[in-house]
Amino acid sequence: MINRRNLLQSGVGAGLVLGASGMLPAWARSASEGNLGIPALAGKDFDLSISSFPVRINGKAGMATGINGSVPGPLVRFREGDDISVNVTNMLMEDTSIHWHGLLVPFQMDGVPGIAFPGIKPGETFNYKWNLAQNGTYWYHSHSGLQEQLGHYGPLIIDPKDADPVAYDREYVLVLSDWSFESPHRIFSKLKKAGPTYNYQQRTLGDFFEDVSEKGFGQTLQDRAMWNQMRMSQTDWADVTAATYTYLINGRSTQDNWDAVFAPGERVRLRIINGSAMSIFNFRIPGLAMTVVASDGLNVKPVETDEFQIGVAETYDVIVEPKEARAFAMVAESIDRSGQVVATLAPRKGMRAAPPEMREPVLLTMKDMGMGGMDHGAMSDMPNMDPAPMPGMDGMDHSMMPGMDHSAMPGMEGMDHGAMPGMEHGGMSGMEPMGSMDNLAPGVERGPGVVGIAMNPVNRLDEPGQGLGNVDHRVLRYSQLRSLDRNPDLRAPEREIELHLTSNMERYMWSFDGVRFAHIKEPIKFYKGERLRLTMINDTMMPHPIHLHGMFFDVVNGGNDHKPRKHTIIVKPGEKLSVDISAEHVGDWAFHCHLLYHMHAGMMQVVSVLDEPNPHASPMPDMMKTGGMNMEGMEMEGMDHSKMDHSGMSGMDMPNMNTGENK
Amino acid sequence: MMRIKIVSSIAAGLAMSGFAFGMPAFAQQEGNQQGTQTGEEPLWSQADAYYGTAEMAKAREEVLHEGGAQSTYYVLFNQLEAQSADGRDDLYWNGQAWYGGDINKIWFKTEGKSSLNNGDVEDAELQALYSRAIAPYWNLQAGLRHDFKPDSLDYAVIGVQGLAPYFFEIDVSAFLSTEGNVSARAEIEYDLLLTQRLILQPRIEANLSLQDVPERMLGAGLNNIDAGLRLRYEIKREFAPYIGIEWQGNFGDTKNFIQATGGETDKTVFVAGVRTWF
Repeated sequence: MINRRNLLQSGVGAGLVLGASGMLPAWARSASEGNLGIPALAGKDFDLSISSFPVRINGKAGMATGINGSVPGPLVRFREGDDISVNVTNMLMEDTSIHWHGLLVPFQMDGVPGIAFPGIKPGETFNYKWNLAQNGTYWYHSHSGLQEQLGHYGPLIIDPKDADPVAYDREYVLVLSDWSFESPHRIFSKLKKAGPTYNYQQRTLGDFFEDVSEKGFGQTLQDRAMWNQMRMSQTDWADVTAATYTYLINGRSTQDNWDAVFAPGERVRLRIINGSAMSIFNFRIPGLAMTVVASDGLNVKPVETDEFQIGVAETYDVIVEPKEARAFAMVAESIDRSGQVVATLAPRKGMRAAPPEMREPVLLTMKDMGMGGMDHGAMSDMPNMDPAPMPGMDGMDHSMMPGMDHSAMPGMEGMDHGAMPGMEHGGMSGMEPMGSMDNLAPGVERGPGVVGIAMNPVNRLDEPGQGLGNVDHRVLRYSQLRSLDRNPDLRAPEREIELHLTSNMERYMWSFDGVRFAHIKEPIKFYKGERLRLTMINDTMMPHPIHLHGMFFDVVNGGNDHKPRKHTIIVKPGEKLSVDISAEHVGDWAFHCHLLYHMHAGMMQVVSVLDEPNPHASPMPDMMKTGGMNMEGMEMEGMDHSKMDHSGMSGMDMPNMNTGENK
Repeated sequence: MMRIKIVSSIAAGLAMSGFAFGMPAFAQQEGNQQGTQTGEEPLWSQADAYYGTAEMAKAREEVLHEGGAQSTYYVLFNQLEAQSADGRDDLYWNGQAWYGGDINKIWFKTEGKSSLNNGDVEDAELQALYSRAIAPYWNLQAGLRHDFKPDSLDYAVIGVQGLAPYFFEIDVSAFLSTEGNVSARAEIEYDLLLTQRLILQPRIEANLSLQDVPERMLGAGLNNIDAGLRLRYEIKREFAPYIGIEWQGNFGDTKNFIQATGGETDKTVFVAGVRTWF
């Protein structure tokens, strides 16, 4: 598979010379440079070369590591069903790799060193080959070291074999990213030494007095005391911020202004890819509504919105129809609001949209601390704290279903763990995350790497992107997404895996279930052909874009047989959400938080899809008999965590709650 | 007799903690070795069929190591300052450095004072410790301390360092000297953000002794307290010049010993220096 070449004699050398000028690929070149759309670099055979080269960003010279001499790398575009061959040549002094993000390639072509292949050594060329039955907007990037931070990423489009259900007159790719002139290893080591080092939005004495004049001394003191007592910061939105980052759209800062043109009345398709190392963005085009038509490469039923949050590695395709002949600002604002990047969508080349003023940063809430619903004041205000008004719960009582097995009833998990724990703790004394909370998460290895377990995680799929609750326009919610196509696998999950996202910000330790990747005892095992539910609980104070290679997540958001299918999903702080997965592709697959330094600190695992008899195979029928429940008729959707959202146990009134008993 | 008992119990405590820690940090390789160990089943291995076991094993070890087993270093001069009072100027330093993984580290601490008037070093000590994370916010530390000045003396050290609720930085250590004397030190500091870069740091350091040590002018009980307020400006997070004021007072027999030799028993000094880390 790997063959050595004499690089100087190959065409790659020429590409490097070109790259040395820091030239952008044609598709990322501004309209002002003559690019009116995306040149279709369609083909079946691609040559990519990875090297280090100088770039100029915001007028300042830096060194990038990237593909074919540009940041981002070239648009790789091919047709669904074609036999594709990509030669990747490593011209670096260290190993490299390319992972095809969201592509369901054979696992040995997935490009993760140490998991899917050995990596590409200096001077070597690796030949990737595949033939895919999927289409849409994707991207590709290095999975070696911290190369992603240095510019080693690019967009990828698979054109549909048949007619595209999305009609458009013109299209652009927007790769959002974060650039730093600091070395990524330096950034990582600074985070290890002093976690909040890049946070210049911390609470100050001035904020304290402001709060006092607003809320009074007692309330302010009480609020501050709660966070400070727990050694948590209400401003912990992002580990790495605009203090070191220059945010980019297609390799351009606001100053460098990437611009695209449109003719009024045209339907313009924007394929937006978050290729950042660490930055979750809020994307909007003030004055222009966006119709979301695809997410993570797969078509969704069109939904109109004004803003959406896009996690690292997520993609959204939107259609905009600008009618006025004026310049529109395409704004990607980092989640912590420390910075933004603006590109221009205009009727003529060379125009520059006026960047909107930066919005005020907001503060994290009690819900982000894993105490959903507890931020409304006194405990007595909270209906979910009192078991009495929840008759539906009786049906869920384990004692009444002796034969009931957790693993067999994925849909029910949310009932006893997710929604209820808060009830067991009468007073605010239960705030200390350490202590008697161990029973909340028996699967989590407690130790210096785990500060706490979310006491009352809630489903937040029906909330807008974190921090966007108070903007005065529409914001996309995951619960709004519906797959355009009916889901390919409609089986109910046979078992559930519960996974906690855990951390200690102070030591900059990040992990799954309290175990850093370096210390795992075994991978997560899936068995070929099984359908399972993965429930993730975010015990940390930060949102994590979680990505599983080789499989899509069917997001359990109330979408029945049209659940949106995603390769990457943001799990908000204090959230408990579920995705269903069909384990089809045998192999070892990487599974990790797509925030680069979280992955580097240990928030990663391997999912091994094994071609072995499934030891968990169908306990379902037995249980149905024992419990006297008609599982067939029991609509799992009724149990969706998405409907159990927020503070109030509104989900408790759901008629479906009782179905198990009544049917 | 009493002293011997204490000595032996502390020695036993140190030895026990030593056992609990296992190897010292620098001798310990954090991370999972199963990827390469011969005879042991690798954690996953499906790619071996395509690329060979040897090459995959090496890459497996690397990817595991890069997932939370890396080592980092840190050097901090919390105080590097001139202290002035009544025409007397001293250079005072208080710093620490560590190297290691998330759990196990080797940790150095140094503190000392030298006269800026005549260049004499009055106090200088260095601690070399093994540090282990025992709780999310706390490290248990044990090792050796050597005083270069006022005279050469060695100690065994055991201590706890970490972040207390409400963001108080705490460092508490007990020392057992080769002369059999037991002493302790506690340091508490807090960062009050006036703005994002202007930070007021109240800091208290107290020293205690279990017994009179007349030759070192230490009385049993509380020896002294340094209570300071330092106002720094973080030009970069890593580099912050500061000014401040500190009260340095002695207590009990320590105070009496100093009084007997005609020394100053308490004073207020003005300080100016830099806090820096890398």
